[in-house]
Amino acid sequence: MSQETTIDARNTFCPGPLMELITYMKQANVGDTLELLSTDAGTASDVPEWARKVGHEMLSSENRDGVWHLRIRKAK
Amino acid sequence: MAAMVASVAAASGDDVSVFFSMNALGYFVKGAADTAPAEGPFGTLMEGSPGVPPFKQLFSFAAEMGDAKLLPCSMAIDLLGLEADDLDPELGEPTGLTVFLGESADAQLLTF
Repeated sequence: MSQETTIDARNTFCPGPLMELITYMKQANVGDTLELLSTDAGTASDVPEWARKVGHEMLSSENRDGVWHLRIRKAK
Repeated sequence: MAAMVASVAAASGDDVSVFFSMNALGYFVKGAADTAPAEGPFGTLMEGSPGVPPFKQLFSFAAEMGDAKLLPCSMAIDLLGLEADDLDPELGEPTGLTVFLGESADAQLLTF
């Protein structure tokens, strides 16, 4: 069964949020969704690029009250 | 900056080798300080910001998560009077500049 996990990387700077995401991604199962919370604007553009390059699925990206919520599904 | 590039590239699936020489190598001697003196105004800013990942943590991440090779310069090891065993375990084989340049001949080579 696929799970959804939230990773709170608020108040860390590039490349901290990406490193947090990757650490969780390594432990996740294919099909799991990870939601990354970040206050670093660069993360909002870097994470989709990383997901594209590595081959995971970017589900959504939105900024709510200054916090980016990036949802990525592990695809492999 | 080298640690940031190494960690992001390794995490993105690129083959990464880092060649540590001269003043860089001392930070990877067992028991050495984990932090470097701040360089310039931006270094001071980073030092005062708790959310900035420490550079040694990023290099370890690159090695563990992205199989980056962290290569100590054999010349620097000799000049510092060290043996390979004196270095942090995540560092690889002592490497000469000729070998490093040969292995990176077709790669992007960034110097910091």
